[in-house]
Amino acid sequence: MSAISRDDVAHLASLARIELTEQELNDYAGQLDVILTAVASISEVAADDIPPTTHAVPVVNVFREDVVTPSLDRDSVLDHAPAAEDGRFRVPRILDEE
Amino acid sequence: MSDLIHASAVELAAQIANKTVSAVEVAQAHLDRIAEVDGRVNAFLYVDGDGALEQARAVDHAVASGQTLSPLAGVPLALKDVLTQTGVPTTAGSKILEGWRPPYDATVVERLRDAGVVILGKTNMDEFAMGSSTENSAYGPTHNPWDLERIPGGSSGGSAAAVSAYEAPLAIGTDTGGSIRQPAAVTGIVGAKPTYGAVSRYGLVAFSSSLDQAGPFARTVVDTALLHSVIAGHDPRDSTSIKEAVPDVVGAAKSADVSKMRIGVVRELSGEGYQPGVQARFDEAVELLRAQGAEIIEISCPSFTYALGAYYLIAPSECSSNLARFDAMRFGLRTDDNGELSAEDVMRHTRAAGFGPEVKRRIILGTYALSSGYYDAYYGQAQKVRTLITRDFEAAWASVDVLISPTTPTEPFRIGERVNDPVAMYKADLCTLPSSLYGGPAISVPIGLGDENLPVGLQVMAPVMADDQVYRVASAVEKALAQQWGGLLLDQAVAL
Repeated sequence: MSAISRDDVAHLASLARIELTEQELNDYAGQLDVILTAVASISEVAADDIPPTTHAVPVVNVFREDVVTPSLDRDSVLDHAPAAEDGRFRVPRILDEE
Repeated sequence: MSDLIHASAVELAAQIANKTVSAVEVAQAHLDRIAEVDGRVNAFLYVDGDGALEQARAVDHAVASGQTLSPLAGVPLALKDVLTQTGVPTTAGSKILEGWRPPYDATVVERLRDAGVVILGKTNMDEFAMGSSTENSAYGPTHNPWDLERIPGGSSGGSAAAVSAYEAPLAIGTDTGGSIRQPAAVTGIVGAKPTYGAVSRYGLVAFSSSLDQAGPFARTVVDTALLHSVIAGHDPRDSTSIKEAVPDVVGAAKSADVSKMRIGVVRELSGEGYQPGVQARFDEAVELLRAQGAEIIEISCPSFTYALGAYYLIAPSECSSNLARFDAMRFGLRTDDNGELSAEDVMRHTRAAGFGPEVKRRIILGTYALSSGYYDAYYGQAQKVRTLITRDFEAAWASVDVLISPTTPTEPFRIGERVNDPVAMYKADLCTLPSSLYGGPAISVPIGLGDENLPVGLQVMAPVMADDQVYRVASAVEKALAQQWGGLLLDQAVAL
């Protein structure tokens, strides 16, 4: 299992949409390496023929009746939005200006 | 100190029902206790005095009008701040949710309200339930009532400390890898993780959805079982909710009969890394069970050795996906929205400002474990190990009814001692992780004091939907020790 570099952490942070400081990039690179070494023992387990468990209790296709039920009140939801306008969420620009 | 704060939930409910005391007096006694000690304990993030008294008045009206009450009507409770409750803030211990007031009640909260339980306030926790010490809260650590320099466990440290400090007789926590059982053990109280799917996750701020489960804390096993029976049950709003009837946990707790039960001692959950005092109390508890007619059998569960590795890949992976919802657009914090920055940059800045160090660490770790090229080696392999751990449990059930172990390898460590060593911190969960990955029920019950005169817990694990069995065994241990001690372990704590 490979060691994690500062640049790897920077790439992961970018995928996870978190702006990290230089200090954080360096700290996490070292810490993630230690954590991955600590969990590496799971690779010793020969598990080629073992099916994965995704969920503790197997449940498949839980359906409800296809009937309309009330949803949350719009104003009570928008009350706690960072910004709202005309009954909608207001967000920063999502496209480049040019 | 008033007797009302030392009374059990059963005693309080009886006194309220027969009008010896009003629910308002009971709520006020606990609010006074919080005002007296919580400056030192920091168990609560928000105390809802007005709301609690209003709920209590409603119970008193019901008593006066002769209505039939639920078994916990009027009993105060502390709620972990990871469950939504209308009218008060929900922070999940994070700055990214500071000031957010959810527009709906969690199903757990709805059930508590219906049962007339009086919610005193929201309790401190590791941010998004990621931690084993409550030091990862963005709002400062909670202190262990036994020794204020020590951690109260985590992530439900605030709920455990509130019950241990007599600020509330009951509390709700959540357990993903041990976050109810480990705090219960180190604060000298009882805490149970129900079978996964037994308690609805609707309104529970998600950390690791395939593992998260809400459950009860109390000072006695019977009180814990009563709270369990109030919050458990099928909920159509949670697709992983179990449809079968809730086992009779209260009946099992009251019976405390372990004669002819086959109890397995897990060989892998002992030895190196376990404090001698923890091991000694555990060995004594085993003898108590044997003396009550239980058959003790040593069991080997070889895959349990890999539980820590599997958990610390599965939980961060799920968290990196779940916490994507904190995008600064629909609720919670938004920073640096200055008209210049794009939505994506506002998102990056907000998540940098709003998440604490452990949450960032786990999101990065999870992003790594799920990324292409590493998925099979990490997340995929961890899920296969999860299968092997489940097989170990199922093999054990062929020869025993329950498995037991210490709840934690050590007594509570000092605040600050492990904050810069994530792996040392993760090892606090060594004993509790296997049943989380398997999904079966488990409980922690106090069994005495260790080398440093701090609480030690016994963990009892049972098959999926055999929650009654863990209560039966915990209750037997509690009864036998109460005869030795003349009361509860908590009676031996120095009063705050």
